[in-house]
Amino acid sequence: MANRPQPSFPEPDTQHFWDGCKAGELRYQTDSDGNVVFYPRGHSTVTGDRELSWNVSSGLGTVYTYSVVRQNRMPGFQELGAYAVAYIDLDEGFRMMSTIVGVDDPTTDISIGQRVKVEFEEQAGEDSYPIPVFRPV
Amino acid sequence: MAQERLAAIAGIHEYPLRVAPGVSSMQIKAESMKRALDDAGLDWGDVDGLYDALDGEGGGGLGLAAYLGIKPRLLDTTQVGGSSYEFHASHALRDIAAGRCNVAVTTYGSTAASMRVPIGTGGMGRGGASWQQNMEAPYGSTLISNYAMVAHRHMHEYGTTTEQLAQISVATRKHAMRNPEAVKAMTDLQFVKVDEITVEDVLESRIIADPLHLLECCMISDGGGAAVFVSPEIARDIKKKPVWIIGAGEATKYRENGGDITTSAGAQSAPAAYGQAGVTPDEIDIAMIYDSFSITVAVMLEDLGFCAKGEVGQFIEDGHLAFDQPGLTLNTDGGGLSSNHPGMRGLFLLLESVRQLRGESNSQVDGAKLAVAHGNGGLLGGTHTGGTVILAAD
Repeated sequence: MANRPQPSFPEPDTQHFWDGCKAGELRYQTDSDGNVVFYPRGHSTVTGDRELSWNVSSGLGTVYTYSVVRQNRMPGFQELGAYAVAYIDLDEGFRMMSTIVGVDDPTTDISIGQRVKVEFEEQAGEDSYPIPVFRPV
Repeated sequence: MAQERLAAIAGIHEYPLRVAPGVSSMQIKAESMKRALDDAGLDWGDVDGLYDALDGEGGGGLGLAAYLGIKPRLLDTTQVGGSSYEFHASHALRDIAAGRCNVAVTTYGSTAASMRVPIGTGGMGRGGASWQQNMEAPYGSTLISNYAMVAHRHMHEYGTTTEQLAQISVATRKHAMRNPEAVKAMTDLQFVKVDEITVEDVLESRIIADPLHLLECCMISDGGGAAVFVSPEIARDIKKKPVWIIGAGEATKYRENGGDITTSAGAQSAPAAYGQAGVTPDEIDIAMIYDSFSITVAVMLEDLGFCAKGEVGQFIEDGHLAFDQPGLTLNTDGGGLSSNHPGMRGLFLLLESVRQLRGESNSQVDGAKLAVAHGNGGLLGGTHTGGTVILAAD
């Protein structure tokens, strides 16, 4: 079971997103004009409008770019060995930071443009939030 | 358009040591201010404007004036990361032109090396609850990996190669070896090789975060310095020739849905600066660009208009960058890659620009008339600022 840093609360912008992860849903917002708002916020970044709708993503996306971290002095990551950090472009039009799992060697088995799908990685600790990560499809 | 001469840099100081145990960053700031005022022939009591980037123990407009013992009539605490000092120069141009102050200083002090601060590899996102930290902290992104993501995308879109990016490190090291303080820095920080390097050396150094190698990453040093900004009236009577601030631009950029990560805030700040200065990129002699990493320079060479987006690989191969080659000259002090990087390098971009335009550089370009100092603060592949300053010889 993974032991990634957990989101911290109270934090009103992202609470509903993380509640979605517990429900197995990758949630994102749209404003009344249909503009995608992500990362989650209390206002539309296009219009400033505060009337936003929540939607559930298909979880399918494309690797926009990535790096493989070989050196991280932060506790919890320094033992992992090489791991990927990536920006994923979801098919619904939002970009999120995440990681890519399920590859033998992240230095050779990940590529820009690769198709990936979200999954929710269970975390150690009682009542912890599962973390959305992506696996090649 | 006639260039206006509304504000100048009159004095500079670069703190010489990159490993300075037993000295506080506030002491570095105060000593650097005194020496920069001496360089200009101005006095401590002449200072009536204070810019600060909130560095040091209790800095900022609130804390630094008290430490220094001055009561300026203009206080500006602009903290936008490593480009803060380009923003300070921009604000000094605005404020001096408006008559709000006549002798202003910005100072910098850091003991990042002595304190063993893991700036690039320490991980980010343990700062408590925030909308952004909550979305990014679980993934273990480091500062270097953030910049590396820009490099990967640049290579993917435009075919840029590690060999091309490595040339930035090679040219910068060449300049560093001509700078005694940079040579001492690399010695004190125990660089494996204190000598000129080759593309092969860069490629053979270990990868820190794909695709960036160790020799594409700036050092972590102690250091600091100061710059004195003055009005044209003061500039007439200083010890050395003034270097004029003739244009400035500011911008920010961040992760956007569908955004282009290979274009930085510089693409917005640079045209504003050139426009105010009334100059074009092809007139620039010296480019002092924040070289946190090789890719930072590559992106900025494009965004500052020295070549089109995506063409920097060819631009580098065409042999620009070093001071003894024709065309644009880059980072003649040895840069963050090989001279100093205490965390916010923006100040040193101004200082070396001034040296070049005074004719005082260790890697002097004969007859240098125009320099651009461009700072990048924050994360190139995330939230960052760009500050562009155009400087002209007297």
